[in-house]
Amino acid sequence: MAEPFLIGEAMTGGYGAADILQGCTIAVEKGQIAVIVGPNGAGKSTAMKAVFGMLKLRKGQVRLNGADITALSPQARVAKGMAFVPQTQNIFTSMTVEENLEMGAFLRRDDIRATLEQVYDLFPILRDKRRQAAGELSGGQRQQVAVGRALMTQPRVLMLDEPTAGVSPIVMDELFDRIIDIARTGISILMVEQNARQALAIADMGYVLVQGTNRFTDTGAALMADPEVRRSFLGG
Amino acid sequence: MDVLNALVVFANFVFVPGLAYGAQLALGALGVTLVYGILRFSNFAHGDTMAFGTMAAILVTWGLQSMGISFGPLPTALIALPFAIAATAALVLATDRGIYRFYRKVRAAPVILVIVSMGVMFVMNALTRFIIGVDEINFADGGRFIIAAREFKELTGLAEGLAIRTTQLITVVTAAVAVALLFWFLGNTRTGKSMRAYSDNEDLALLSGINPERVVAVTWIIVAALATTAGVLYGLDKSFKAFTYFQLLLPIFAAAIVGGLGSPLGAIAGGFLIAFSEVTVTYAWKRVLGYLLPEGLEPEGLVQLMSTDYKFAVSFAILVIVLLFRPTGLFRGKSV
Repeated sequence: MAEPFLIGEAMTGGYGAADILQGCTIAVEKGQIAVIVGPNGAGKSTAMKAVFGMLKLRKGQVRLNGADITALSPQARVAKGMAFVPQTQNIFTSMTVEENLEMGAFLRRDDIRATLEQVYDLFPILRDKRRQAAGELSGGQRQQVAVGRALMTQPRVLMLDEPTAGVSPIVMDELFDRIIDIARTGISILMVEQNARQALAIADMGYVLVQGTNRFTDTGAALMADPEVRRSFLGG
Repeated sequence: MDVLNALVVFANFVFVPGLAYGAQLALGALGVTLVYGILRFSNFAHGDTMAFGTMAAILVTWGLQSMGISFGPLPTALIALPFAIAATAALVLATDRGIYRFYRKVRAAPVILVIVSMGVMFVMNALTRFIIGVDEINFADGGRFIIAAREFKELTGLAEGLAIRTTQLITVVTAAVAVALLFWFLGNTRTGKSMRAYSDNEDLALLSGINPERVVAVTWIIVAALATTAGVLYGLDKSFKAFTYFQLLLPIFAAAIVGGLGSPLGAIAGGFLIAFSEVTVTYAWKRVLGYLLPEGLEPEGLVQLMSTDYKFAVSFAILVIVLLFRPTGLFRGKSV
């Protein structure tokens, strides 16, 4: 099998002395959606942060398009075409929607208007609210701003940490649809999700983490069909 | 009852001085609020940064005067201002390099930075006194009045006069220009927006590729410009004395906190609120009331709520009330 576009291989590391990640591997192919699920405290968000360089690895490697990026800072990874949407505090609340998007494109020196239009086409509500302070928007709209900000760098990989946390089921479905749209444009998507069932339904690949290790790894559909995964992690 | 004369007395002793003082406080509070919003600590050295900037302006003014350069009816200090700003910017940038940057790197708690800034305050204060001394210095030259009290009386035929000093008008105009420039910069330029983004959400700003050291450096330069301008305007309006700027720290902090720390708009509103409160509470209202109240009811006392010696108590009282009932300030800044 060819090398995946982005892979965090056999990652081991944690915040203090104890390792939260114990040799887990996460990968995503070009234009595909990979989802990390698992119980609370399994190290899902930590694995995501490790891939983005916000956590120092003791062992393992992160490779983007075949190149070793393990030693790069998060900022340097942004320049390499990775974008990250944190779970909380992922927008500039006091700035307008459009300014949020402009800040997303801060590293770019070229004309950003085309990208801005693409984001507005993807999330039409943001076009209507572009002069409004992002902090005044609803939870779902804020998530759209957050994802839009990350898209402004024209990334090749979009990483989302629980994008549907705290939004209503209808908004969640809508967000998942948009995420599929983004993947169709060729952007790889790696996301951590609490709503495992819905997330696996749109996933090309699913990773079930337990205590910092890979418990199950398969296509989203196969995981959904696996009786053991269903019983242990999807509530029957 | 004589409303017109009452109004003139009010304008002469309360409104015009309050407006000028408010503009000076607003400029000072803007500097404090910018440091708080971006560097995340209360900068106690701000008063002495103003003193240093004013001192630099005075030295350049003397130099210009000795060369025979003047600004016509306007004070020579206005020509000196850009040079003084450059000197002050160099000083605060050097201070940041040598002192604050270390504490940023070790991610020191804000309270430690406050103590550090107090140390910087003592050093800057000593530096200023060492260079220019502790005496009172008047460096305002040019025309003294836009309109003098006697001219006003002759012009209007009223019993009361209204004097507007050149320095008062210059203060208000300069402050308005400085504030307009600052808001344009923060709202419309790439660097200004990145400063707001950094103040709003530091982590996300880093994720967006905003360079924090650049943001900090630009902030210090703007703070130096605001502090020097505020200091020079205050010195022109009153006089220069190294210690008075240290005492200005309280009303300036009160203004920034009342408006909401981190909020530029709040700093301006806070500056005028504190200034007008100070002036109205310490002003003897006897003459205004004498014109307004019907005959026989004129007050016999001065109708002065508080002696001017206690004017700092006004800032303190407002500060306490705001912190008790609305800790984030009028414009919802960060809570202290």
